[in-house]
Amino acid sequence: METITKTKREVKQTNTIKISGAEAVVKCLLAEEANLIYGYPGGAIMPVYDEFYKYRDRLHHVLTRHEQGAVHAAQGFARATGGVGVAIATSGPGATNLITGIADAQIDSTPLVCLTGQVSSHLLGSDAFQETDIISISTPVTKWNYQITNAAEIPEVIAKAFYIAKSGRPGPVLIDITKDAQFGELDFEYKKCKDVRSYTPVPKMENPKIKAAADIINKAKKPFVVFGQGVILGKAEEEFKAFIEKADIPSASTLLGLSAISTEHNLFYGMVGMHGHYAPNVLTNECDVLIAIGMRFDDRVTGNLETYAKQAKVIHFEIDPSEVDKNVKTDIAVLGNVKDTLAKILPLIEKNKHDSWHQKFNDLYDIEYKEVIHSQQNPTEGGRITMAEVITLLNDQTKGDAILVSDVGQHQMITSRFGKFNKSKSKITSGGLGTMGFALPAAIGAKMGVPERDVVAIIGDGSFQMNIQELGTVLQTKVPVKIIILNNEFLGMVRQWQELFFDKRYASTVMTNPDFVKIAEGYGLSGNRVEKREDLADGIAKMMASKESYLLEIMVDKEGNVFPMIPTGASVSDIRLK
Amino acid sequence: MKNEIYTISIYTENNLGLLNRISAIFLKRHINIESLTVSDSEIEHVSRFVIVVNVSKEQIKKIIGQLEKQIEVIKAYYHTNNQSIYLQSALFKVKSSLLFDKRQIQNIIKKSNAQIITVSRDFFVIEKSGRREEIEKLYNALLPYGIMQFVRSGRISVTKDEMKISDILQKQLN
Repeated sequence: METITKTKREVKQTNTIKISGAEAVVKCLLAEEANLIYGYPGGAIMPVYDEFYKYRDRLHHVLTRHEQGAVHAAQGFARATGGVGVAIATSGPGATNLITGIADAQIDSTPLVCLTGQVSSHLLGSDAFQETDIISISTPVTKWNYQITNAAEIPEVIAKAFYIAKSGRPGPVLIDITKDAQFGELDFEYKKCKDVRSYTPVPKMENPKIKAAADIINKAKKPFVVFGQGVILGKAEEEFKAFIEKADIPSASTLLGLSAISTEHNLFYGMVGMHGHYAPNVLTNECDVLIAIGMRFDDRVTGNLETYAKQAKVIHFEIDPSEVDKNVKTDIAVLGNVKDTLAKILPLIEKNKHDSWHQKFNDLYDIEYKEVIHSQQNPTEGGRITMAEVITLLNDQTKGDAILVSDVGQHQMITSRFGKFNKSKSKITSGGLGTMGFALPAAIGAKMGVPERDVVAIIGDGSFQMNIQELGTVLQTKVPVKIIILNNEFLGMVRQWQELFFDKRYASTVMTNPDFVKIAEGYGLSGNRVEKREDLADGIAKMMASKESYLLEIMVDKEGNVFPMIPTGASVSDIRLK
Repeated sequence: MKNEIYTISIYTENNLGLLNRISAIFLKRHINIESLTVSDSEIEHVSRFVIVVNVSKEQIKKIIGQLEKQIEVIKAYYHTNNQSIYLQSALFKVKSSLLFDKRQIQNIIKKSNAQIITVSRDFFVIEKSGRREEIEKLYNALLPYGIMQFVRSGRISVTKDEMKISDILQKQLN
């Protein structure tokens, strides 16, 4: 790992030199400072891997155990560092195995550059061995994609790929490179891409809109902010904090916006949406001005659109014009990077106080605490451990400084509801796509991206088995990730729905699980299983103290439910506490 | 909301695969494309798509947003029929004997402003450009005599207002 960080730009020649397409790929990656990448070799990408071998002192390639692991690791890296993640695979099955992660990155706006090998250009369309039309397959789930059939195109296309992936609203880009283009020669010269003439990454800021938004916010009696990942992606955490503090606006996060502001901040009232907190959901339908910042009104956030914040004026700060009015009709759309628009609006915002409005949030929090939170954190003696207890005790250990990577399901919602985060980019999860199997590889990528931070993957027993093979990557790289398995022996979230909406017909949600600790041991990880409440704090402390990768399996309440909950199609204010 | 016929004009880079990306936007939303034409535009290396759909105002706005989001789309516009000048072309292949045996056919061709573009021993080909209703009218008129082959192109259209693509391209490069 140490060798990775040493590498800086190495391409700075004025004279061009003739090199192979494969070597050009490596030089492009190094020029973009992408010296930590994830992938899996195979026939159609072997020339590039041969160059990886030659450049192994400068470019660190992590061999995952499955291409899906590679792409999720690249996502974890991107989410933890704020940079671009790179994944590489061969043609055919290698390329198709990337697709789930690419779709995940597309819907969660994660900057990725995915490189795939392709059969030689003369074989294209002949159903050659390991040929798939990955360009067609990936089109609906990429921000941009391109097939290179000529070595000379490589520098320009890869430069464009990095630029598109990270600029504007970020997203995944896939570059498919035929084998003959990898073998072909070119005069190499690398110029970073600075613009693409048909592409406007950040729409123009409109000052009158900012003025109009400020006027409404200044007059608001019950303003409410819902913020999303746009704050993190736009690196606008400071501007965001200054804005809500000056206007004294209660704020709540979407799932992906978590950690953009400290969960301990007095203006932070939790998460909105299906399993979000009670107060922000209920008061969405009571605020007079709803200020949406870098979020996209996902259906899991809004519930029934017909009854969503109808009483409120809606102001939407957004970088992607196609998100405006897509789901929720806005009164004022403030286009631009939120870092710029929030900085611009700040001087127009009057200092304000909304004490009685805050009181409403606090009153509803008290109800939620009494009805849900307290009992989940302090369950009756004798029963199994609850997920909420685990996250609460974990907070005591991490002090909110760790990155928590959660998978998908009940444990994800509990982690999001109870997790404590002091720093931005501390909550990594698959939001829009809800990809089970995301957390383990994403945690590997996150830890490698920010080795100085503690990274804890929190995973359900179902999700863990969807990319369990990545324990092999942990074994080989010795990356010190910590893994908590919250084992309820069920596919918990589906089971909860079956309990609530399908008369407890538990179709295919009961899990007969292997011994996860033994599996961890087989992969060379230290491991421990906690079943009793009295062993829990100690078990977590031991895991956190470990300098190496560590797996902690915790047997939790089998039929625990995540509440509050907005049933599908219900209004946010009809959120159920039980 | 009421559906209406909209003509979408999309100016794009001339790149392989873009047709796929554009049609996927309609497919994903279950919107039937009534007609689609791709050609050169007034600007070198810039293609122009003309797509006709029958959707609501709200839908068309969202579609335009999604289209413009594509990296290689320079600009997308939508227009109602009143805002554009448009036509389609059709070819009718008919037995040559009819031209001589059935005098009415000559009248039909004359009245509909169609043209005979080729005549051979066995068949002749009529070309008709115009609104879809006019083509349908000719089709119905010829139908009783027997149409050997019929084909109609997608809509092509220019707009009454200006579309300043060169300006946009210039601006983005500055």
